[in-house]
Amino acid sequence: MREVFTVSKVRVATTSLAGCFGCHMSFLDMDERIVGLLEHVEFSRSPINDIKHCDPCDIGLVEGALCNADNVHVLKEFRENCKILIAVGACAINGGVPAMRNHFTLQECLEEAFLDMIGVDNPHIPNDVEIPLLLSKVHPLHEVVKVDYYLPGCPPSADAFVKVLTDLLEGKEPSLPKSMLHYD
Amino acid sequence: MEQNQSNLRRVAIDPVTRVEGHGKVTLLLDEANHVREARFHIVEFRGFEKFIQGRPYWEVPYFVQRLCGICPVSHHLAAAKAVDQLVGVYDLTPTTEKLRKLLHFGQTLQSHALHFFHLSSPDLLFGFGSNLEHRNIVGVIEDFPDLALKGVRLRKYGQQVIEVIAGKRVHGAATVPGGMNKSLTIEERDRLLGDIDDVLGWAADAVALNEKIHMEHPENHGFGRLISNYLSMVGTNGELELYHGGLRASRPDGGNIFDQFDYRGYYNIIREEVRSWSYMKFPYLTELGRDNGWYRVGPLARINNCDFISTPLAESARQRFKAFAGGGFVHDTLAYHWARMIEVLHCAEAIQELLLDPDILGTDLITKGEKQEEGIGVIEAPRGTLFHHYKVNEDGTIKKANLIVSTTSNNQAMNESVRSVANEYLDGNEITEGLLNHLEVAIRAYDPCLSCATHALGKMPLVVELLAPDGRMVDRVAKGSNGSITRTL
Ligand code: SF4
Repeated sequence: MREVFTVSKVRVATTSLAGCFGCHMSFLDMDERIVGLLEHVEFSRSPINDIKHCDPCDIGLVEGALCNADNVHVLKEFRENCKILIAVGACAINGGVPAMRNHFTLQECLEEAFLDMIGVDNPHIPNDVEIPLLLSKVHPLHEVVKVDYYLPGCPPSADAFVKVLTDLLEGKEPSLPKSMLHYD
Repeated sequence: MEQNQSNLRRVAIDPVTRVEGHGKVTLLLDEANHVREARFHIVEFRGFEKFIQGRPYWEVPYFVQRLCGICPVSHHLAAAKAVDQLVGVYDLTPTTEKLRKLLHFGQTLQSHALHFFHLSSPDLLFGFGSNLEHRNIVGVIEDFPDLALKGVRLRKYGQQVIEVIAGKRVHGAATVPGGMNKSLTIEERDRLLGDIDDVLGWAADAVALNEKIHMEHPENHGFGRLISNYLSMVGTNGELELYHGGLRASRPDGGNIFDQFDYRGYYNIIREEVRSWSYMKFPYLTELGRDNGWYRVGPLARINNCDFISTPLAESARQRFKAFAGGGFVHDTLAYHWARMIEVLHCAEAIQELLLDPDILGTDLITKGEKQEEGIGVIEAPRGTLFHHYKVNEDGTIKKANLIVSTTSNNQAMNESVRSVANEYLDGNEITEGLLNHLEVAIRAYDPCLSCATHALGKMPLVVELLAPDGRMVDRVAKGSNGSITRTL
């Protein structure tokens, strides 16, 4: 899928679901290059501003896997609003470290943290109505929505972010040279 | 803000932005419409303590980085210290010790710079209630390009220190059990030394800016202010210590609760209460009990708690900080930012010292020992004291893991600050986006890393809810992306 952007600035949204924020950190690792990028890009919802919901956008970058009902809700909102959805990093692409809990039941994980832990006072599993439903398994993005591109790495390098965004801004099919294509 | 028949209101901020993580706030109003209860809920859960079980111990320092991409090095090093004990190493070689410190100072420098310049400075520069569209790092770049670029470069330098030592800026590979995996070359050292004078200058400017902001806004000194206990590490002479030392806890008046406590007995002094409405536990000092034992950690705790700072520029900045409080402790929550920048300056100075130390270029990196069953590591992460505790089976796989992360230690304090700000600013006021941001400003001061705290990071819905005293939801208001407040109940 390819879009040629004709508007003056391309609108980009970013979010972190069950991820570690490392992908966002790597995005910011473009350092001073962010100033140049801002000539072509404006941000919708992102952890670095106060825009609370994703509005219609050209590109959505999503870090992290799906861990609870809230994550699913946010992802669906992104999908509905973004022309191009990019799964960023190992967690978004295949579940990453959060999905390590899939080897155990959710109940076992909760019991370990809240009942059996060293120094726990008032042991019980939090159950307030305010706490959103946890998914019994952690899922990568493509199991729930259509994903247009996958940007691998834990995290992808800043150079990789720049390359993919530049390609898209120029209306090209994004592609990474081998040096930027890594999975660690 | 509309009111329903029973005069009870509910306000939602969803999500809270410019913090990392996933949570929400509930405000409970009594019949007189005063905020009776303010709760900061953490709604994500990852299950790290369970899924780590059965993995080989040497993997741990690499896993735990993925709990947090903002301070991965802190987790890496706290876990590495625990792993050192698992392999029976209690004294590292001088080069290893210094390389790890260098890595940690790079980490703290970049994390603090990120938090101040990228996330919090818009509130302090433009005002808590300023235009939402402009109140972010892009706005700072537009209005204060020099300042924003200094911030970006300060963070970049910290990341470069990390990259040189760990091979990668985020989630690099640096430690091995009992040592480090790579020495520093002369070229690498010289490259880092080449920029250090600029970095020192930017850090000093950041302190000066924060001093100025704090002095010029006396009306903000009470903002989210708490008279609290403080916990941090200090060095053997009571100096500020970010890497290794004894634990010191102080009362609000500065008196010690304990001092030079060996962190390996942390479970004797800290307990964690579970509450049904949050996945983040509530730690307290056992000695003072559940109600009175809560404490604050992080830059404010460290600068208050220490007797001096070993590097000269940061020490003179600390003395100005002390003078501001008349020699006592500073309890202003927004002084976290000021204290954070004093630490940035200390990190820059300490990096320079380490780079000029001949030991840093040494190649003797590994120490060996006898395997042990239990290891406990501690570090002063950017957000505060961080504990990692592991027990292993005979085959070297993890049997039990416990983490007390910095943000968790600030859980009660964040709740208290939210309550204080809600009482002062939301009571009886028309609710605007700007006023709601005040709650976020209070939370942001702590630089919470909710991914660390829940061992799960998510982008952050913080919902502020006002419920009737019987718990009934009586109103629902959401903040739109354009800053508008919409009622949805
Ligand atoms: S892919 Fe790696 S860096 Fe990105 S969110 Fe997941 S753990 Fe963090």
